[in-house]
Amino acid sequence: MSFLKLEQVCKTYDDGTAAVQGIDLACAAGEFVVLLGPSGCGKTTTLRLVAGLEKATAGRIEVAGKDITDLPAAARDVGFVFQFYALYPHLCVRQNIAFPLDSMGVARPEKDRRVDEVIGRLGLEALTRLYPGQLSGGDQQRVALARAMVRTPQLYLMDEPLGTLDADRRLQMRELIRAQQLTMGVTTLYVTHDQEEAMSLADRVVIMEGGKVRQSGPPAQVYDHPADLFVAHFVGSPGMNFIAGEFVWEEGQTCFIAADGAVKYPLERPLAQGKGVLGVRPEFVRVEAAGTVAGEVVMDEYLGSCRNIHVHTACGRLALRVGDDQRFGLGERVALNLDDEQVRFFAADTGEKL
Amino acid sequence: MAGALELRGIGKHFGALAALCDINLQVGADELLVVLGPTGAGKTTLLRTVAGLETADEGQIVFGGQDITHATPAARDMAFVFQNFSLYPDWSVRRNMEFPLKAPGRDLAPAAIAERLAWAAELLQIEALLERPAAQLSGGEMQRVAIGRAIVRQPQLFLLDEPLTNLDAKLREALRLELVVLRRNLGIPMIYVTHDQAEALSMGDRIAVLSEGRILQVGTPETVYRKPLSPLVARQLGQPAINLLEVRRQNGAWVVAEDVQVMAATEGEGSMLLGVRPEDIAPLGGQSAGKIRVAEDMGATWILLVDWAGTEIHIAVEKGQTWRPGDEIYPLVNPRRAILWETDHDQVLRR
Repeated sequence: MSFLKLEQVCKTYDDGTAAVQGIDLACAAGEFVVLLGPSGCGKTTTLRLVAGLEKATAGRIEVAGKDITDLPAAARDVGFVFQFYALYPHLCVRQNIAFPLDSMGVARPEKDRRVDEVIGRLGLEALTRLYPGQLSGGDQQRVALARAMVRTPQLYLMDEPLGTLDADRRLQMRELIRAQQLTMGVTTLYVTHDQEEAMSLADRVVIMEGGKVRQSGPPAQVYDHPADLFVAHFVGSPGMNFIAGEFVWEEGQTCFIAADGAVKYPLERPLAQGKGVLGVRPEFVRVEAAGTVAGEVVMDEYLGSCRNIHVHTACGRLALRVGDDQRFGLGERVALNLDDEQVRFFAADTGEKL
Repeated sequence: MAGALELRGIGKHFGALAALCDINLQVGADELLVVLGPTGAGKTTLLRTVAGLETADEGQIVFGGQDITHATPAARDMAFVFQNFSLYPDWSVRRNMEFPLKAPGRDLAPAAIAERLAWAAELLQIEALLERPAAQLSGGEMQRVAIGRAIVRQPQLFLLDEPLTNLDAKLREALRLELVVLRRNLGIPMIYVTHDQAEALSMGDRIAVLSEGRILQVGTPETVYRKPLSPLVARQLGQPAINLLEVRRQNGAWVVAEDVQVMAATEGEGSMLLGVRPEDIAPLGGQSAGKIRVAEDMGATWILLVDWAGTEIHIAVEKGQTWRPGDEIYPLVNPRRAILWETDHDQVLRR
């Protein structure tokens, strides 16, 4: 039973821009759903449509079984957390947090109890009398989160709330949001362009591009079994490697062959004919003495806990993840193998998973 | 030919605020030096001082063997790329890129300008954008053009101030690779300022870690990551951040409380601060039980937030097993990867 439901929702602006082109989405009660995609994919517009800040040009939006498509924003009972703090500069932290309750007309003892509770939960005790201008960016963000959480709306909508934070803070906030959501069980729709953030927060990731949904599923599923080339590249850092090749019939079975046979995979069942694309994640490409794909190291990206090695091969450039203590010189010749169990196949024309 | 840059005892004050204190730093003639620090560390001031947009109150700047401490920005022949692109929105990409070449005193022939422009456009793969107004470009395209405008001049030194911060994560990842390759091909030194530790580690030939106007450590990415001089440096690199635990020696082991062992004995006495990175703790095999609070599935790895030994730690483990909140685990610290500091560093814990 879905709590939030979008059916064929579209948004076309007056200038003809089709920002959202028929989105179907169903979120279960208490589910944390992340809309992930590059700039301009329609993720923020989708969120604004649910919030009622934009009006859908077609389709239907339902919350808790009620059609809210034409309901004004104020009547929707959603908590919206913006990318920008948008705290009221003339109100202190405590007043900022209390603001949503004030505007709902919540009476004193109840209001104080709820404000104190959220202040304690987010560890803001020392800041309550300060004004937004006196706070660091990270603290402003925590106050914005506290203000959103002082109310328990039926739905949280979050638009890149961590966008302006330092990496360290971002992780803290990620865990904070996750823990809050788990304890409070409020259905959440969250927008980000950062795949790492999406993977870590989501019960389900919805990957969007060009105003459409490309794939929707739990993080492990979209990572391990991407629906198409776009998802395969967008999710993961670096994204999946692609090798263009051909499906050919050989010795009684279909094989995928690329780079004059340097890459060759017999398939259990015939997937397709003709051109295709093999995809493999960087952690499943290995340097092995008996590797069949020869290449030259063109880039060594040290990341502390690991290295991404970029290798120029007859199959194009491949990225592989190795341990931080495995060092390769620029120009070094290496032989690579792909983990048989972990290769994926896509159609060359549509880019879709086979 | 570009030369080496040397900062000797640079100080800069804004009123009572000391923005930079006794900065000593060298940038090799063919080096990418990353300056890493949080907001307010003095990174931008440092860059502006090198560029001549600020004048140092103390110290000396030597570039290619010449003292340039009091030289005008123009005379320094350095190119600056900012976080917020700063292109003229109504001008075409071509006009934006030509602009620095048409500056008074450059006297470049039109043919030479066209040649430089074609070279830069090809290098950055923006040939198709040249006639488009800057306002119509995407963020990634704008930043390419901003970099193009910096390289057409073929300056002696590149100064980049968080140039990728405003871009999508995915684009950042691609552009940071492009920038390293581009700089390497041009053979021009670069100072690259960022607060992003992944950019610092992956891009820098060396990293200078800056905090409150002071340089805390300078070294290769491997050195500052694996052998940080202080917990403050250690915390600036790595994601999730390094775990810091107050430990003391008891019965041949390091413990946090009575009999709560966190690591087998290594050298050291009394009370110490133990630093261990999330990837250097195995989830099983240790002496003391912990409980998983948050389990994040990051695709290739898991990041676990664990209640352990009276505190919380992060553990990063390769994929293979599934981990869930509530699971009991026995964290095992790799003693060869752990760092022990004297506890007078422990103010870091309270930040």
